[in-house]
Amino acid sequence: MTLKTLWHRLGSPRWFYQISRPWIYVLGILALVLLVTGTVWGLVFAPMDYQQHDSFRIMYVHVPAAMVAQSAYIVMGFAGVLLLVWRMKLADMVLATVVPFGMSMTVFALVTGAVWGKPTWGAWWVWDARTTSMLVLLFLYFGLYALRQAIARPEAAARACAVLAVVGMINIPIIKYSVNFALTLHQKASFTLTEAPSMPPEMWLPLALNVLGVYCLFGANLLSRLRLEILRRERGTQWVRDLVLSGSA
Amino acid sequence: MSFDSFADFIAMGGHGFYVWFSYGASMLVVVANVVVVRRSRLRYIRELTDMARRQRNAEAVSHS
Repeated sequence: MTLKTLWHRLGSPRWFYQISRPWIYVLGILALVLLVTGTVWGLVFAPMDYQQHDSFRIMYVHVPAAMVAQSAYIVMGFAGVLLLVWRMKLADMVLATVVPFGMSMTVFALVTGAVWGKPTWGAWWVWDARTTSMLVLLFLYFGLYALRQAIARPEAAARACAVLAVVGMINIPIIKYSVNFALTLHQKASFTLTEAPSMPPEMWLPLALNVLGVYCLFGANLLSRLRLEILRRERGTQWVRDLVLSGSA
Repeated sequence: MSFDSFADFIAMGGHGFYVWFSYGASMLVVVANVVVVRRSRLRYIRELTDMARRQRNAEAVSHS
């Protein structure tokens, strides 16, 4: 299949519905294996941090959630561009279905951040660059959710959400570089592309497993939400009717 | 293993509440995301099936 035909097919929700099913199982099983291994390793076997003692173990759940919350937003930003430029149907469905997952991960990152902040910084919340920009990310998710509910015409809602998703992308580099600004208590990035982690392998390997695991979970969750959204929007079509009647939906 | 005893493991060096709260919440978020989609999918497919069956039966009646 050439790239051009793939591009055209991605415009077809029916085609996407048919090819996506096995990927949910592949990604779901990978997510389960990676998350269980990473979590047990991080919780039971990883050595204690000399400064933060055992509270550093919150990192193994906090960091992956915070990373995937931002990545989910980036996915929406790209979907927004695809929708505005090429009017791709599937792009708007992505934009609609990423919101609940991204929102839940952002809330989780903020809550575990507070729970980690209390024993480490002595406060549940500080208005520093990283925490504030993550709060802005949460408000962007709220905004995208509310905007879709508020506009009755689906095409108008799709365009408005796409514009908000694209404009909100400005917050992503702000979150990323906020820990390098002066005004922060938040520790620096655990992983960077250019340098080796500042932790020993037995400490960062479980984190890497959980990060990969949560991305697989995101993939599986996005696909299953997308497939449901496809059924909802294509409800009146013959192919959905046939699929449902054959019992293989 | 990083702990000497099970009690040690639960205590997390005095940070037990913070650590266990975070891990408990992580389980909740993951399971909720999976279960919510699964349940609404099953419910919606049942609805669609009923609708399609009714429509098929109505067509069968009008043809006879």
